Amino acid sequence: MRYLPNTPDDVRAMLEVIGVRAVEDLLTRIPPKARLSRPLQLPAAMAEPDLLRHLRALAARNADADGYVCFLGGGAYDHHVPAAIDHLIARGEFFTAYTPYQPEASQGTLRTIYEYQTMIAELYGMDVANASIYDGASSLAEAALMAHAVTGRREVVLAAGVHPLYRRVTATYGAGAGLVLREAPAPEGVLDLDAARRLVGPATAALVVQSPNFYGCLEDVAAAAEIAHAADALLVVVSDPVNLGVLEAPGRLGADLVVGEGQGLGVPLSYGGPYLGTFAARQAFVRRLPGRLVGATVDVDGRRGFVLTLQTREQHIRRARATSNICTNVALCALMATIYLALLGKAGLRRVGELSTAKAHYAAARLSEIPGVSLRFAAPFFKEFTLRLPRAPARVVARLARERILGGVPLGAFDRRLRDCLLVAVTEKRTREEIDRFAEALARAVR
Amino acid sequence: MPYDLQPTYDRLIFELGSPGRVGYSLPEPDVPVEPALEAIPARYRRATPPALPEVSELDVVRHYSRLSQMNYGVDTHFYPLGSCTMKYNPRVHETAARLPGFARVHPLVPESLAQGVLALMHELAGMLAEIAGMDAVSLQPAAGAQGELAGVLMIRAYHEARGERRTKVLVPDSAHGTNPASTAIAGYQVIEVRSDANGEVDLGDLERHLGPDVAAFMITVPNTLGNFEPRIVEIVELCHSRGVQVYMDGANLNAILGITRPGDLGFDVCHFNLHKTFTTPHGGGGPGAGPVGVKAHLEPFLPVPVVVKRGDRYALDWDRPKSIGKLQAFWGNVGMLVRAYAYILTMGPEGLRRVSEHAVLNANYVLARLAPYYDVAAPGPCMHECVLSARRQKKHGVSAMDIAKRLLDLGFYAPSTYFPLIVEEALMIEPTETESKETLDAFCEAMIRIAREAEETPEVVRAAPVTTPVRRLDQARAAREPDLRWRPPARG
Repeated sequence: MRYLPNTPDDVRAMLEVIGVRAVEDLLTRIPPKARLSRPLQLPAAMAEPDLLRHLRALAARNADADGYVCFLGGGAYDHHVPAAIDHLIARGEFFTAYTPYQPEASQGTLRTIYEYQTMIAELYGMDVANASIYDGASSLAEAALMAHAVTGRREVVLAAGVHPLYRRVTATYGAGAGLVLREAPAPEGVLDLDAARRLVGPATAALVVQSPNFYGCLEDVAAAAEIAHAADALLVVVSDPVNLGVLEAPGRLGADLVVGEGQGLGVPLSYGGPYLGTFAARQAFVRRLPGRLVGATVDVDGRRGFVLTLQTREQHIRRARATSNICTNVALCALMATIYLALLGKAGLRRVGELSTAKAHYAAARLSEIPGVSLRFAAPFFKEFTLRLPRAPARVVARLARERILGGVPLGAFDRRLRDCLLVAVTEKRTREEIDRFAEALARAVR
Repeated sequence: MPYDLQPTYDRLIFELGSPGRVGYSLPEPDVPVEPALEAIPARYRRATPPALPEVSELDVVRHYSRLSQMNYGVDTHFYPLGSCTMKYNPRVHETAARLPGFARVHPLVPESLAQGVLALMHELAGMLAEIAGMDAVSLQPAAGAQGELAGVLMIRAYHEARGERRTKVLVPDSAHGTNPASTAIAGYQVIEVRSDANGEVDLGDLERHLGPDVAAFMITVPNTLGNFEPRIVEIVELCHSRGVQVYMDGANLNAILGITRPGDLGFDVCHFNLHKTFTTPHGGGGPGAGPVGVKAHLEPFLPVPVVVKRGDRYALDWDRPKSIGKLQAFWGNVGMLVRAYAYILTMGPEGLRRVSEHAVLNANYVLARLAPYYDVAAPGPCMHECVLSARRQKKHGVSAMDIAKRLLDLGFYAPSTYFPLIVEEALMIEPTETESKETLDAFCEAMIRIAREAEETPEVVRAAPVTTPVRRLDQARAAREPDLRWRPPARG
């Protein structure tokens, strides 16, 4: 057994030191009636070659974004992941380390988190960012709870364009605190500002908008900020950081809290996780933030060093009165994002955004030329858009899959009113040739 | 020996590079760019480019390689961090999780095109249910704390469905901080139950608190002193007799695989930390995975969607009207699930049982060797970890923290310190089963040396560490004047 090093001789020698005859003698506190009297009913142990054969067979039954051309989005995107990232995060000193509670032996992790916080705050145009939350949805849920704690108000108004699964997660997290979630409609694909103005009032803790939103449309974040602030509510913006080489930072548009899904920053698709929940805030809220924070300080010799700080907010100190229950976060995914942003840099992130939006606009034009296919919303979009199809989207998607194209996400499961719609995402990786092939295949599939 | 003898590296990525230097490679546009940018209203476009690094790929690779060398990991150091189960992270799992058929699958592919990963998830849920003696398992929670939240919310939904309004959850004073924190988020008032001197639940105090307004009792088994609660079955029965649900924090599951099962002990809910017992790497703080198992009466409340098997097809079942809802956007930390699945298949039923037996053996060996030199928090035998107290060393002015720092100099990561809270100067040591007798001996020698130093040269222990990239850091300053992001130095 290659993970269990102690030999029978070792075991004998150790039992002798302990002063018992058998390991069984160490388990006497477990009441006999509570003992499992049979072996666990699990498959027999597999050797490494057999295990790999079995796992490869399972993996082969999934449509991966290498074997298929991927136009899927809806909160996870097939952006290019530079090769260097995986080589670096695979260093055991990073991935086999624990949370950096002993800072002298964890300066590597602490420095990368400090860099990560700096990059996320900079992209979002905010003062501070935390060390990460599990994913975009749980980040939004934490933001809603924080807005409730900060304002003492219970209502959260969410634009209909906020990812429906994020809204669902927010409802789950908010149940205990008695948060009341209200939906502000977006009949034309973007938040109806007049309706939002009517919904946001003295009981509102936060107004939440996502831009680009779930349908791909760009929201008027500055206008939403005015509405929220007029009622002394917070504006929470859900923002995909990979877009922010081209799109304006939510912080410069009036956001008080910015959260998002950082998967696009070099994190693998992995069928939905682990991902990267980003979380940034204005300085005034720094002592109310959920999750870990790394700060710079000095050691006894005056050298620069980094530590986990403001820990009195956290569960291991504050317990029932902590700002959040989060302990384990997604540090390694935050490291992927940090390396991604270091590699892409100022120019590269802009290039990713420009190529993605250029290809998305090219695709939208090509696809909406197909008879019966049209853009569902007229609002400006970025890298993702909603198409109306003349045939059931799930059937269309199945037909496209036969040509090894993942054509988009049918929206009916998320919103009955959009059951004739398909959400299409285009990243910098898609080529003109792939988009043309998609257009031809879609034309056949809806015929 | 110190791990890194080279002069200390003190750069941040922002302090490297040169304007115009790039570290990326992206294709030239094959479609027009300008019209697309013009289609985006100017006020939505970024006015000032983000101040990101301008560095080459080698700059990046060397910088992060150097930073990695400033860390201790399981790969480089023995990591006896109690309650964290820092066992070896098998490399075949890394290969498996990176197969394109797992790593490159989008969460919203049609279910018919994700049958392999859904099959894996369905099987893994079944295997975890068998290991814990539970009836159903949700793989969705992203970490232990999220599993706790899910579990407590299911208990809440269960009581509400029965028309009962219960407002309190009992948690021992020895519990992990996430227990009260998760419980509070779920909307409950948290009541602390006292532990006795051995870290066992004070039954009298528990009984006093078990009123009709109590929804649940949450307890870690083995407890956070590393001991199996001998009266656990009676405690669970007592709770049930008052209509109280019992939650097991599964952080210490590594001690009992194949030996006893939470479900058989009577627990209604338990969570699993796949990043502890099931070898998925800790990653410097995450990601983890915190599946949650329940008995049949709580199954209707599981988070949606649930992976189900219909005939020979696997599917995500959303049609669960009593569900507590969702915890993360998608289906779980699948990358971690692949690793845990590979681990269970590698070990098999006998192997898993041996994991726990060797974890218990290793912990008791360390306890036996160190008991003459340190106070023991609770009498042995312990389970997978032991808790010592530096009370004796404290008399010489050497604290648990000093001992932890001195270990860093001697080539070991530190045990958990000051936890559980009920033990003065606690040093919580969890060797795990993947460490050999030689490693344990070397660690014990270091601990014995420190005990001697505490008496003879306490200033050496108090001054530690001296071999790490930085020495003791000014925590107070970090909290007083939070510096949470780099800013360019002022020009002048």
